[in-house]
Amino acid sequence: MDEGKVSRRDRSLWWIAGVVVIAYALFPVAWIVSVSFKTPSDLGSNRFLPTTWVWENYENILAGGAQDLFLSALRNSVGISLLATFISVVLATFAAYAIARLDFPGKRVILTTALAVAIFPVISIVTPLFNLWRNIGLYDTWPGLIIPYLSLTLPISIWTLSAFFRQIPWELEQAAQVDGATTWQAFRKVIVPLATPGVFTTAILSFFIAWNDFVYGISLTSTEAARPVPAALAFFTGASQFVDPAGAIAAAAVVVTIPVVVLVLLFQRRIVSGLTQGAVKG
Amino acid sequence: MADITLKNITKQYGDGYRAVRDVNLDIADGEFVILVGPSGCGKSTLLRMIVGLEDITSGDMLIGGERVNEKAPRDRNLSMVFQNYALYPHLTVYENIAFPLRLAKFGDAEVDRRVHQASELLELDEHLQRKPANLSGGQRQRVAMGRAIVRQAQAFLFDEPLSNLDAKLRGQMRAEISRLQKRLGITTVYVTHDQIEAMTLGDRVAVLRKGELQQVATPRDLYTSPVNLFVAGFIGSPPMNFIPATVSDGELHTPFGEWRLPESRRPDLGGHDIVLLGARPESFEDSSVVPDTIREHGVVFDANVDVIEWLGNEQYAYVPYEAPEDIRAQLADLERELDSEAMRTQLVVSLDATSRIPEGTTAELWLDLRKIHVLDPATGRNLSVAAADAAGSDGAAGSEGAGATSDASAPEPSPAADENPSP
Amino acid sequence: MTTTPVPDIAAEQAEVPASVSERARAERRLGWWLAGPAFVVMLLVTAYPIAQAFYESLFQYRLTDPEAREFIGLSNYGVVLTDGVWWSAVGVTVLITVITVAVEAVLGFALALVMHRALRALRPLLRTVILVPYAIITVVSAFAWFYAFDISTGFVNSWFGWLPGISADTNWFGEFGTSVTVIIASEIWKTTPFISLLLLAGLAQVPDDLQEAAKVDGATWWQRMYKVTIPNMKAAVMVALLFRTLDAFRIFDNVFIMTQGANNTEVVSFLAYRQTISRLEIGLGSAVSVLLFLCVVLISFTFIKLFKVDLASARGER
Repeated sequence: MDEGKVSRRDRSLWWIAGVVVIAYALFPVAWIVSVSFKTPSDLGSNRFLPTTWVWENYENILAGGAQDLFLSALRNSVGISLLATFISVVLATFAAYAIARLDFPGKRVILTTALAVAIFPVISIVTPLFNLWRNIGLYDTWPGLIIPYLSLTLPISIWTLSAFFRQIPWELEQAAQVDGATTWQAFRKVIVPLATPGVFTTAILSFFIAWNDFVYGISLTSTEAARPVPAALAFFTGASQFVDPAGAIAAAAVVVTIPVVVLVLLFQRRIVSGLTQGAVKG
Repeated sequence: MADITLKNITKQYGDGYRAVRDVNLDIADGEFVILVGPSGCGKSTLLRMIVGLEDITSGDMLIGGERVNEKAPRDRNLSMVFQNYALYPHLTVYENIAFPLRLAKFGDAEVDRRVHQASELLELDEHLQRKPANLSGGQRQRVAMGRAIVRQAQAFLFDEPLSNLDAKLRGQMRAEISRLQKRLGITTVYVTHDQIEAMTLGDRVAVLRKGELQQVATPRDLYTSPVNLFVAGFIGSPPMNFIPATVSDGELHTPFGEWRLPESRRPDLGGHDIVLLGARPESFEDSSVVPDTIREHGVVFDANVDVIEWLGNEQYAYVPYEAPEDIRAQLADLERELDSEAMRTQLVVSLDATSRIPEGTTAELWLDLRKIHVLDPATGRNLSVAAADAAGSDGAAGSEGAGATSDASAPEPSPAADENPSP
Repeated sequence: MTTTPVPDIAAEQAEVPASVSERARAERRLGWWLAGPAFVVMLLVTAYPIAQAFYESLFQYRLTDPEAREFIGLSNYGVVLTDGVWWSAVGVTVLITVITVAVEAVLGFALALVMHRALRALRPLLRTVILVPYAIITVVSAFAWFYAFDISTGFVNSWFGWLPGISADTNWFGEFGTSVTVIIASEIWKTTPFISLLLLAGLAQVPDDLQEAAKVDGATWWQRMYKVTIPNMKAAVMVALLFRTLDAFRIFDNVFIMTQGANNTEVVSFLAYRQTISRLEIGLGSAVSVLLFLCVVLISFTFIKLFKVDLASARGER
C-alpha cells in the first residue's frame, strides 16, 4: 500500500488494528510466563501477574523434584523430533526432486497419497499401532514414536519441498553443463545451493509438527524411556502431591516454547513462505 | 573457433513428433548465422542439438570437422546465452562469470584476469560483487554474455537473448552483440523470432518452418528474393502484400483492375491461371508524388484508403479489399503460421511523408510492377525467383538494383497508363 | 542464393524411438527409485494401520483378556453406532468443528486483511507474532487457556466479574457449555494464524488493478470484498477451510488437557483413545477409529465434490 495515500485517521486505525493483533498473539503466552513465575501460594491469587516473581518452578523442573520427569521428556522430545524430521526431510527431498524434475508416471499418485496421509485422523492409527507395538516390542521406545511421526511430517515435507523445487530454474543445470560441468558438478554447485533454503524451511515446519505431537506421545509411551514433553506435561505433579502442579507445568511449557519462538523470530519469512507455498497456488 | 556443419539433422520426439526435419547447414568459421522462424518452428531445438542439450535423432553434427553427436555439452566447448540468461542466483556477478573457469580449474590469478577482461569489455566492473537479483534486465543480459565470452569457446550460441528486454534496450544490446562478435570473430549461431534482429545481425539467415529449412541467404537476398510465400510473408515489416490475380493473355485480373506485367516479367507467369502478386509496402506510392521518369514502370489504380498512420518519415495507408474466399482462407492460414491474425484482407501501403491523401477517401495509388513477386498459390513457390534462376539471372528478379537496367529494354507503356490523370 | 529444397523424409523413420524411450524408461526408473521410499513409508504408516484397525474391529478383543478373542463380524460397529456415547461424541465434535471453522474463517480473514494492508513499519512484526500461536505446542496452549479460566488459578473471573453470568465462583469447567467455550477459544487462538496465512497468500494473489477497476466502477469497500476479492481467492479460501475442518474434526489435545471428556465434552478422537488406551478394548476402539476415518473421508469427499476444491491445482500441482 502506498503510504502517502493513507490519511492520518486511517493510519491510527491501522496502528490500533496492529496492536490488537499483537495482543491477540502474545497474551496467552504472557499469561503462561506469568504463571511460571508464581509461588505455589500465589497461584490461587486470581491475578494476572505474580505478587512476587520467583524462579522456584524452574528450579523444580530443571534441578528439583520434577527434574527426572522433565529432563528425560525434553531429551526424548528433542531426539525423537530431530530424528523424525531428519528422516522425513531426506525421504521427502528425494521424492520432491523426482516429482519436480523427472517425468514418470505416478507423480500424481504420490502427491495425492501425501495429501490423503496429511488429512488422516491420527487417532485411527493409534489403536492398531498400540496393539502392534506391544507385540513387537516397539511400545515405549524412540523408534516406536519416530515411525508414526513420519505419518505427520512426511506428507507436509513432500508437499512443501515439491512446491519449492518446482520454482528452481532447472535451466541452470543445463547452463552449468554448457559451462563445462559434469552432471554431478552441476547438481552440487548449482542445484544444491538453490535447494538448501527450501529443505531447511521444510525441516523447520516438520520439526514444529513433530514437537507439537500429543496423541502418539501419550498413547504409545508409558515411561520416561520415550515419553515426549507434551505427554509428560499431562502427567506433571507439583513438588509434592499436595502442591498444584500449575507452576511447574507453566515453567516446563515456557522452556519448550522458547526454542519454537527463537526459530520463529529467526526464520519468520521462510516459515511463512513454506506454509503458504505448498498450500495456495491459484 | 571452428566451423559447424549440420548434415541431415533430424529430431523426433518419443511421441513421434518431428521437431526438426533433415536440416543441412554449413556455418563457416567466424560466421554469424541467424536461425529464425515463428514459434514452434524448431529453431531452439536445433540450437540445443548443436550445444548438446538435445539428443540428435539422426544425422551428423560436426564442430571443427569432428563429429560430436555423442559428446556431452561440456566436451563440446561451446558457450551459450540462454533466453532467461540462466544466471546462478546464489553467486555474485563475478562468480557467475568465473563459473566456467572455475570448473576448468584455472588458477585464481588467471580467473581474475579473464573476469576483469570480460567485465571491462561489457562495462560490468562496478557490478561485480552484486547478485543477479539486484541487476536490471540489460545488466543481466551482459553478465550472461560475460559468462559466454570469458572462456575461449569454439562458438557462441544465443537462444533468443533479447526477447526479455524492452524495445529500446533491445536495440542497444543488438548493436552491442554485433560489435562483440565482430571484435572476437567467433562463430556464432543466434536464434530469434524477431526479424529485425535476424536482418541486422547475421551474415546469413536461415529461415525455418515446421522443422524444415526454407531458405538460407544473406539478409538482402532474403528480402529481395524470397523463395516462397512463407519466407516472403515472414521477412519484412509491415509484411509483403499478397494480391490474388487471375491470368488471361498476360493480363492480370486483380481486385484493383486489369494490370499488365512488363515484357521481361512475363515468363514468371509460366502458364499459371491464378497467381498471388507479392508487393512490399514500399513498392506502392501516392501517384501524385511519383516522378514521371518512373511512372511508366508501374500501374495506377484507385484505392479506398480507410486509415492512415503518419510516422514522420513515412506513412502507412490501409486499403481493405474483397478477395475470393479460398485465397482469403489461404492467406489467413499463412498469417496464423506467422503468429499473427488476419481480420480482413487489406493492403498495407507505404507512402511518401509529403503525401496528403486524406483518410476515408478514394485515392490514386501507384504500384511499381518491376518490384512485384509472382507466387504460385498452390505450392507457395516464388515464380519470379524460379524464372530468374532458370534464365541464368541477369540480376535477381525483383531486386531493386537490377530494376533500372532490366527495365530499360522494356519501354512498353503500362496498360493502366491511359487512366493516368495529372493532379 | 542458397535454397534448400525439402527432400522426401519419409525414408529414414526406422531406428528412431529406441534411444528416446530407453532414456524415458531410465528416467521413470530413477523417479520411482527416488520417490518410492517416501511413498512406501507413507503407506506403511497409514494404509497398513487402518487395514489392521479394520481387521481388529471385527473381533471382540480386550487386551486384559486375550483368551476371549473372538470373531464377531461387524457387531462392534453395531455396538458403537447404537450407543449414545458415540453419537454424543460425534455431536460435540461437529459442534466444535463448525464453530471453530466459522469463527476462524472470519477472524482469519480479518487478520489477513490487517497483515495485508497494515503499515509497512508494522508488517514484519505482525507476521512474526502471528506465527507464535501457530508454532506453540497445542498442549501448552491448552494449559494456558485452562489456567486462565480455572476457578482456582485463573484471572478471568476476577477480570470479567462485571459481565453478567461471570462471578468469582464461576466454574468454567463445571458444565458443558462453558467448558466447550473455553476449548473452542483455545483451539481458535492456536489455529487461526494458519488459516490467516493461507488467506493472506490468497489475498496477495488478487491483483491490485482489479480493486482499482472496481473502485472506478463505483463499488463500495464491502462490494469490492464480496464481488471482487473473495471470488478471486476462492481456491485459497476453500483449501484453508478444508484443511482446518479436517484438523478441527480430529481435536484431541485441548479436550484431554482441559476436561478429559467430563460434562459430555467427549469428542470422537478422545472416545477412540479411551476405548483403546484406557479400557484396552482393542476391538471396540478399532471400530471407533475406522468410523472416525470414514467421517474424515466423507468430509473431504463432500468438500471436493460440493465446493469443487481442486486440491491438486490449489496446492501447486499443475
